[in-house]
Amino acid sequence: MSEQPLLTVTIDNITIQVPAGTSILQAARKVGGDVAPPAMCYYSKLEGSGGKCRTCLVEVSKGSEKDPRPMPKLVASCRTNVMDGMEVKNITSPRVTDARAGVVEFLLINHPLDCPICDQAGECHLQDLSYEHGKEGTRYEFQRRTFKQHDLGPYIQLHMTRCILCYRCVYTADQLTNKREHGILDRGDHSEIATLIEKSLENNFIGNVIDVCPVGALTDKTFRFKNRVWFLKPENAHRECPDCCGKVTLWNRGDEVFRVTARKDEWGEVESLADGSTAWICNTCRFEKKKSSDWVIEGPRKISRHSVISQGHYEGKVGTTVPTEIFSAVHGGRNPKLLMDIHSVSEVNRPEIQLSQIAGPSTGNDFTTGKD
Amino acid sequence: MQALTNRSRAVSRKPLSFWESLYLPAILKGMMITFRHIFTKNPTIRYPEQKRPFSPVFRGLQVLNRDEQGRENCTACGLCAVACPAEAITMEGAERQPGEEHLYREEKYAAKYEINMLRCIFCGLCEEACPKDAIYLSETFAPANFTRKGFIYGKEELLIPNPITEPEAYALAKGGKVTV
Repeated sequence: MSEQPLLTVTIDNITIQVPAGTSILQAARKVGGDVAPPAMCYYSKLEGSGGKCRTCLVEVSKGSEKDPRPMPKLVASCRTNVMDGMEVKNITSPRVTDARAGVVEFLLINHPLDCPICDQAGECHLQDLSYEHGKEGTRYEFQRRTFKQHDLGPYIQLHMTRCILCYRCVYTADQLTNKREHGILDRGDHSEIATLIEKSLENNFIGNVIDVCPVGALTDKTFRFKNRVWFLKPENAHRECPDCCGKVTLWNRGDEVFRVTARKDEWGEVESLADGSTAWICNTCRFEKKKSSDWVIEGPRKISRHSVISQGHYEGKVGTTVPTEIFSAVHGGRNPKLLMDIHSVSEVNRPEIQLSQIAGPSTGNDFTTGKD
Repeated sequence: MQALTNRSRAVSRKPLSFWESLYLPAILKGMMITFRHIFTKNPTIRYPEQKRPFSPVFRGLQVLNRDEQGRENCTACGLCAVACPAEAITMEGAERQPGEEHLYREEKYAAKYEINMLRCIFCGLCEEACPKDAIYLSETFAPANFTRKGFIYGKEELLIPNPITEPEAYALAKGGKVTV
């Protein structure tokens, strides 16, 4: 195939050149920053995703060099390819911001406001989206829809009420596993993610649905309620894994591995490896290797300073070393006469309780062992 | 040398005059001032018997709230802990088990909740951050203690009495507050 000429496209008055066949969203992500439209359902690593959530709507004010008429309606940028000379308006268009606020309001109609409970809070795309583009209140006055609880096995927790039906997990199961066991049942308002006959999802790569889920509908049951993500310390780590690349992010508290996820890039998608493939990780790495001795730690992960996860997060040497006790050196070899070890009083973060070793969610009984 | 402020004065090294060297007039003058204060209004109060009313915006010891049915409001969401500038609050969440619905309002609850009163600066940001009406700053002080161990407040100290199982203690705690 011959080398294709680059197309020139202007997004929010920034001109770049992209190869033919690039979507507007991909071109905008090349520009980066605020210009890139938010995406809830589109996932560049999953073939066929996109076009469902409508959050990436943009205005095309000039179709192309040959046909300069503007497109009559806002278009979904994840599904529209660029043309030569196209002019796109994203944040510079009031129509787009207005439409996006409406889309957010629709997405939030049935989304429960249980962020204080949800394990996704802090890294939830819907949270970010509604914070940046949404309106403060809702005009919806009716009961939010509820579903019968479905059990998806010992590893994955499904909260159907939080689902926005982006289909990312369905594509993940289709493209990463040889046989998809879950899908979307029913239609319209009743549609829900489920396995038809209640059974657990067993495939070794099915854990990746947790990473692709933009909301808290699919979360890690082995991490459930154990800690909030912003109190954990994300670290890059790897291990020799026979099934997957073994390159992961560990979410540590002290030396305890609370959670293992794939490495995510600035768009919240799983990173690409050096050879171009995507760094999906297997269930063994994700759910069963919860000891620091299982991993080779590379160092703290870079976190955007606008994220709540960056609170209390230190990079470089500060995040990896324990400071040395200098009291006696400063006081000429004298140790403090009165010293309170916080663990002798405090009942939180007790060193003898290994929360990360508990298979499921922590319960009240896990905290009553030992003391009292 | 130029003075830094206009309030500084050079020290007078003049020898005392005869009237000044008697000292007695100066002593009497000082005594007059002292005696006059016996008849003025007393600015202090006799504390344990008399108490000053708290300001309506007073921020004191934290309490953990329950709803009308006596269930704990706190879901261990961690927003108070992340808002806390002194990092005084720590907690550990747990999943509510079947049969515990009368104890905790939502499916997640704080199994352990601790405020280090030595660290707390009573800024009230935890109360502002709480999305569940669970933490409030009351109108009492943290009582004094001889050891530092006494200032680590757990859930037993912080939770308000259950209005269903301990109605007397609940009424007492409610009546003890200054109503605005």
